[in-house]
Amino acid sequence: MSRIEIDEERCKGCLLCTTVCPKAMLRGSSRVNPTGYKVVEVIPDLAGQCTGCAACAQMCPDVAIVVWRSPKRKEAA
Amino acid sequence: MSETMAFTRPRSLADRVTHYCPGCQHGIGQRLVAECLDEMNLTDNTIAVTSIGCSVFLYDYLLVDSVEAPHGRAPAVATGVKRARPENFVFTYQGDGDLASIGMAEIMHAANRGERISVVFVNNTIYGMTGGQMAPTTLVGQKTTTCPSGRCSATEGMPFRMAEIMAGLGGVAYSTRVALNNVKHINQAKKAVRRAFEVQLKNQGLGFVELLATCPTNWKMNPLEANERIAKELIPYFPLGVFKDVKEGGQC
Amino acid sequence: MEDARIFIKGNEAVAYGAMDAGCRCYFGYPITPQNEIPEFMSKALPQAGGAFVQAESEVAAANMLLGAAATGIRSMTSSSSPGVSLMQEAISYMAGSDIPGVLVNMTRGGPGLGDINPSQADYFQAVKGGGHGDYRTLVLAPSTCQEAYDLTRQAFDLAFAYRNPVLVLGDAILGQMKEPVRRAEPRAKDPAEAGQWRLDGAKGREQRILKSLFLADGALAAHNLRLMEKYQAMRAETRAEAWDTDDAKLVVVAFGSIARIVKTAVRALRARGLKVGLFRPITLFPFPEHDLRELAKAGKAFLTIEHNMGQMVEDVRLAVCGLADSDFYPALPGNIPTPDEFEAAILKSLEGRA
Repeated sequence: MSRIEIDEERCKGCLLCTTVCPKAMLRGSSRVNPTGYKVVEVIPDLAGQCTGCAACAQMCPDVAIVVWRSPKRKEAA
Repeated sequence: MSETMAFTRPRSLADRVTHYCPGCQHGIGQRLVAECLDEMNLTDNTIAVTSIGCSVFLYDYLLVDSVEAPHGRAPAVATGVKRARPENFVFTYQGDGDLASIGMAEIMHAANRGERISVVFVNNTIYGMTGGQMAPTTLVGQKTTTCPSGRCSATEGMPFRMAEIMAGLGGVAYSTRVALNNVKHINQAKKAVRRAFEVQLKNQGLGFVELLATCPTNWKMNPLEANERIAKELIPYFPLGVFKDVKEGGQC
Repeated sequence: MEDARIFIKGNEAVAYGAMDAGCRCYFGYPITPQNEIPEFMSKALPQAGGAFVQAESEVAAANMLLGAAATGIRSMTSSSSPGVSLMQEAISYMAGSDIPGVLVNMTRGGPGLGDINPSQADYFQAVKGGGHGDYRTLVLAPSTCQEAYDLTRQAFDLAFAYRNPVLVLGDAILGQMKEPVRRAEPRAKDPAEAGQWRLDGAKGREQRILKSLFLADGALAAHNLRLMEKYQAMRAETRAEAWDTDDAKLVVVAFGSIARIVKTAVRALRARGLKVGLFRPITLFPFPEHDLRELAKAGKAFLTIEHNMGQMVEDVRLAVCGLADSDFYPALPGNIPTPDEFEAAILKSLEGRA
């Protein structure tokens, strides 16, 4: 299962990533980082849906997202 | 479970938080430049000419040799750099005030001469750094601090379409307009930057990429609204597309 | 190289000086009375494997100079008064960024469009800095075609020694008159010049940034202090000619082509037994204030003659302040001065002090 890491110190809470995630698994949080921005977070219940498409990372102006892609495991029939 | 890194910061992009506002797409523009420099093995050979605007600190973010040009003069400075060291890769990165207002003569003539440089032009229809004044690319009806009732074509003229103007000049090998408002456009933008870099390497002429981008702070919008404005208002007036590509041909 | 002299205009002497100094880039724009310089360079540079660009304006030319010089290549521009006004922004940026370059001004009459005859009315612009901010440039003032060649050559060495713009201040007389000039051996190529700071691609090293913006707390202050130290060090380059001043009662201070006309007047008056001499600053910055002060201590009187309404005279008065003063005679811009005119002015000054 693929995943992303959000660097909360770089995030400026612009939420542009939330507009491009095909699984709609990103949202603004209420956590404020040291610079004063409300950072974005992965919705915990949807984290497993990440496909590693990296759309969020490409859309992020602050290069705040690292994307790890894992090969899909075929579900047992 | 073996995972591979599918996306990370390019090596020529400094590991530091930028000063840009939330949602400002300079961050995307400069990242695309960094990716292309790295992927095309140009980084160690690059001399960047930075300009005046919100991107004035570009030399702190792109880890390449850089010279700071006065406002608008980057294409002239880049001409000097490239004529002095033609074997180096030279590009400018400019905003709409820098390139299309005070620097209009310099970009027109550098482009007309076909200087072997690449120009990255970030168009957000406003002066960002100085607090939101009217730009040559401000849209009719758009309110800024120096046209508070909205740009009026009778007194302020119409916005310049730079990519089309560049395409009309003989020395330009490639001129295109792209946007940064969604992933599909960002991917197109990266290809455009690549091509603009390529025409320099192939000695074909000047490469020009206009990037439509947001300025949430001075548009008085949040980043999401600002991003939507690109599709709603900018693209209808500034169409996306390739306006010139000499393909295999070029200058003598 | 054979010991031959060539009979050339001052403008051409400047161009030869530049080429022999190893100039490999020239950027300029046509303006009277210096067009022989870009025309010469447009032929000479491609032949030498260099680059010539006729820029779209003097603004562009000066910025092209900034760019080429930032890569450590010996580069030059030239213009005349109104065009040099346009270059002031780039000069300030070059000074602020420690970028070396040579700029030649063949001064004409002003202000505004003025005329195409000579004047020396750009002294303030050159020496006090026509651009913004606390900066200085070395200013060299040739008065013969040979000096135009020699000083232009040296201008490049000085620019790179101090990483600073250097101005060569001539005028339409110098630019257009023809005299014999002896060239020296052209400078050997030095591809390693400026290797410690030039921009040439950050391969195997940290990036280099040439800029003049310093926003961090205390950074601009420190930068300005360092620049001032550089300008102090430049004082080692001070140069002047003292001609027949030892026993002179009155010393005429003049620079450039005007100093030549003054010399003719001084010779004529000496032949009549009058004890007058000429002091000719060759570097206008750094100004030879020490030598002038020594002359003042020796009890000389001073008369400053320049082809303007009174510019260098302020620096003369400052140099001798407390010990002496300087009379002033303006050769009016728009008129070509004659030795007779200067003789009369010198006599008047002598009379006034009898």
